Amino acid sequence: MASPETSPAAPILEVENVSLRFGGVQALSEVSFDVRKGEVRAIIGPNGAGKSSMLNVINGFYHPQDGAITFKGVTRRRMRTHEAAAQGIARTFQNIALFKGMTTLDNIMTGRNLKMKRNFLLQALYLGPARREEMAHREFAERVIDFLEIQAIRKTPVSRLPYGLQKRVELGRALAAEPDMLLLDEPMAGMNTEEKEDMCRFILDVNGEFGTTVVLIEHDMGVVMDISDRVVVLDYGRLLADGTPDEVRRNPLVIDAYLGTVHD
Amino acid sequence: MADTGAGTQRSSGALDTFPKLLKRNARERPERFALREKEFGIWQSWTWRDLETEVRELACGLAELGFERGDRLAIIGDNRPRLYAAMCAAQSLGGIPVPMYQDSVAKELGYVMEHAEARIAVAEDQEQVDKLLELRDSCPKLERIVYVDPRGMRHYDLPELESCAEVQAKGRERHRRDSAFWDAEVAKGTGSDPCIILYTSGTTGNPKGVVLLFDNVVVMAGRGAEFDGLGPDDEVLAYLPMAWVGDHIFSFAQSYVVGFCVSCPESGATVLEDLREIGPTYFFAPPRIFENLLTTVMIRMEDASRPKRRIFHYFMEVARRAGIPLLGGEPLPLRDRILYRLGELLVYGPLKNTLGFSRIRIAYTAGEAIGPDIFDFYRALGVNVKQLYGQTESTVYVTMQPDGEIKSDTVGTPAPGVELKVNDDGEVLYRSPGVFHEYYKNPEATAQTKTPEGWVHTGDAGFIDDDGHLKIIDRAKDVGKLADGTLFAPKYIENKLKFFPQIKEAVAFGDGRAHVAALVNIDLEAVGSWAERHNVAYASYQELAAHPRVLDIVQDCVARVNADLASDAQLAGSQVTRFISLHKELDADDGELTRTRKIRRRFVAERYSELVDALYGGQRTCRTRTEVTFEDGRTGSIEAELEVRDVEPALALAKAS
Repeated sequence: MASPETSPAAPILEVENVSLRFGGVQALSEVSFDVRKGEVRAIIGPNGAGKSSMLNVINGFYHPQDGAITFKGVTRRRMRTHEAAAQGIARTFQNIALFKGMTTLDNIMTGRNLKMKRNFLLQALYLGPARREEMAHREFAERVIDFLEIQAIRKTPVSRLPYGLQKRVELGRALAAEPDMLLLDEPMAGMNTEEKEDMCRFILDVNGEFGTTVVLIEHDMGVVMDISDRVVVLDYGRLLADGTPDEVRRNPLVIDAYLGTVHD
Repeated sequence: MADTGAGTQRSSGALDTFPKLLKRNARERPERFALREKEFGIWQSWTWRDLETEVRELACGLAELGFERGDRLAIIGDNRPRLYAAMCAAQSLGGIPVPMYQDSVAKELGYVMEHAEARIAVAEDQEQVDKLLELRDSCPKLERIVYVDPRGMRHYDLPELESCAEVQAKGRERHRRDSAFWDAEVAKGTGSDPCIILYTSGTTGNPKGVVLLFDNVVVMAGRGAEFDGLGPDDEVLAYLPMAWVGDHIFSFAQSYVVGFCVSCPESGATVLEDLREIGPTYFFAPPRIFENLLTTVMIRMEDASRPKRRIFHYFMEVARRAGIPLLGGEPLPLRDRILYRLGELLVYGPLKNTLGFSRIRIAYTAGEAIGPDIFDFYRALGVNVKQLYGQTESTVYVTMQPDGEIKSDTVGTPAPGVELKVNDDGEVLYRSPGVFHEYYKNPEATAQTKTPEGWVHTGDAGFIDDDGHLKIIDRAKDVGKLADGTLFAPKYIENKLKFFPQIKEAVAFGDGRAHVAALVNIDLEAVGSWAERHNVAYASYQELAAHPRVLDIVQDCVARVNADLASDAQLAGSQVTRFISLHKELDADDGELTRTRKIRRRFVAERYSELVDALYGGQRTCRTRTEVTFEDGRTGSIEAELEVRDVEPALALAKAS
């Protein structure tokens, strides 16, 4: 899906020599890569390679001891998660983190939270400007629902939904924030083939229709090779390889460490 | 009464086509709603004036694309206001809309597209466009595809594709240049023009294109509306395939004739919710929909708390006793009347509200026989469900049940203006103003079906009972004889089996054989729920269907059908003696069912010939391997070892007497 007009695009995110330690555990060591505007970038690697840690560093949940992260031209060392969200980074989680008792629609509306400008009192009383604002946000949420084809579960509490649909709702909540960059932590884990195909289509559609940059962690190699423009391979917290799916697939180091095919 | 109806049609002059009726509606009730569609969670409404503008723009746009009088316009997609508008747009230019089944795979569409020779197709979305593009090589006549929903279409850089919005913009431009054009085109249409071509899904052979004239559709729609007293305040939900004649009459023709509003559901998956929100007053559903709704209700009641369950069952008992006579206007003891009122408050009212049936005045079921239990359930609740018998070739109406004359096993008396007769072979024939013009490009088939005097062979075997009600037994060609000469009506037996909630489909064999045997599909929802309650573990349909305890259930159902058959002197000999529970659900994608979910008997017999042999051999088990088509069009195969069960025939009491 590499579209020619986007490949020479400037990086939207640059990760330089990032190292992250938890006590004696070296989660990431001197990892550097960049993400270009409008591309689908995959991060792969065996269990414990530091993939989720990398996403957590990007969206400001972990603070690396060394290195710098530049997002949309702004370099930062320490940043909190809500600042990252305000800058246009949205994410989904490996083990779904939705508000279980709330409906699909309400969950997606929470994605609009940062965009709501009216003060709390006006919102609580549902007065004039707050009401208009709420309606505009609801309309946006409805567009997300239409886009993800989840109209039928609009009013269903998410705890009653099957796993695959919950994943889709979580993507919806991330989309509702109108992010410039979307971080997806194993969006297809635990899904059947059909659900995976649907999810792939939605990711590609988000990327294609809205130009959203996507960074995803995924274990299904078929999916990764099919939908990503470039792939970063991590192993024991180190950058092992970086390149197009084809380059990565042929890289002997990667084959050794991860893909596991016999090579001589 | 029927004649006066026709009289008013004629005397009001030129209102003999749908575009003319549209202009009348836009003139007489411009602000009333014609169509409604749920989009982005909100019902968006189109008034008759909006609809007229829409149709005019589309028509002028189509004319710009080179659409000419007599051209066919292929239409494919879910029920969408724009697709209905496209139908009328084609008609206004003297063209003929050809709606197609939206869930057909490309191969099935191919035949219809080739046969109809449409130059322009209107498709709902990317999915349908993809199917049409696949057919480009086999349909060289197809020049242009107009799509309604632009989502996902931006990467398609093909000259033959055009969005509906672009076509409408061209239409607006054309109308600005030449404002008399559309009115003049509409005025050229007459009642004797073809109105629509509907391809029948056909249980055998290729589909046939039934050509209906405006004189068929406008007249029959009007008579049906008069029979049921439809008015502009009625509400209809359009959720059945646009390619099906019923949808064309109920969601299109009668709306134009009477002026009521038609609502289109948000998506296929939201139909039940949309039904509840709209609360239609006039409703049409094939038996399987009523059946599915009932199954859902029953499953949910099983999960309800014990007091609720007891209240429900108590009042349903009351409803069965009191509700049906009440709906028929019969007198009732005071006690039952009071109990029924209470039940209405506690159970029936809320239940009907949940189902979206609160406002229903008239509901029809047709297409297949409906199980007496299901039929009675709804009537007991006070939902006026009636049966109707009809065909594409008759513009729906052949017979229908008048209020107060409802029987669960007949399909009613002849509709207004319909003559009915049964010939010596037991086949039902009819003659009416709704009789189709011809099968498109198929004069032989037309001559076989329609006699020079205008009688149409229905292909159904049946008889007229003492009250003048028609009773259908089976397809005439399917009625056969066992080796010993006993009458064998497979559909009759299958329907009896299917009336059990645990059985979804059944195929009976027996013509020319010594005894009757059947292949059975269990109902995954009903049996699955049973399995859950009885701690029966299963991983797939295949595993559940082969479970010995499930086979016991099916065996019990078959035995009960046998007992039922035994009480009928003619059919006592055709009891089911052996059956197999199939390892996969019969599916239209595999060609085993038609798109309207009727069994393609011969095809099934060939495809499962090993199983049929096992039914008539002595084996206890049978190995089989079946090719299947997945939803995305890929194919694979499943293997299974299936058990053959014997069932003891019930004593033929009637035969003895």
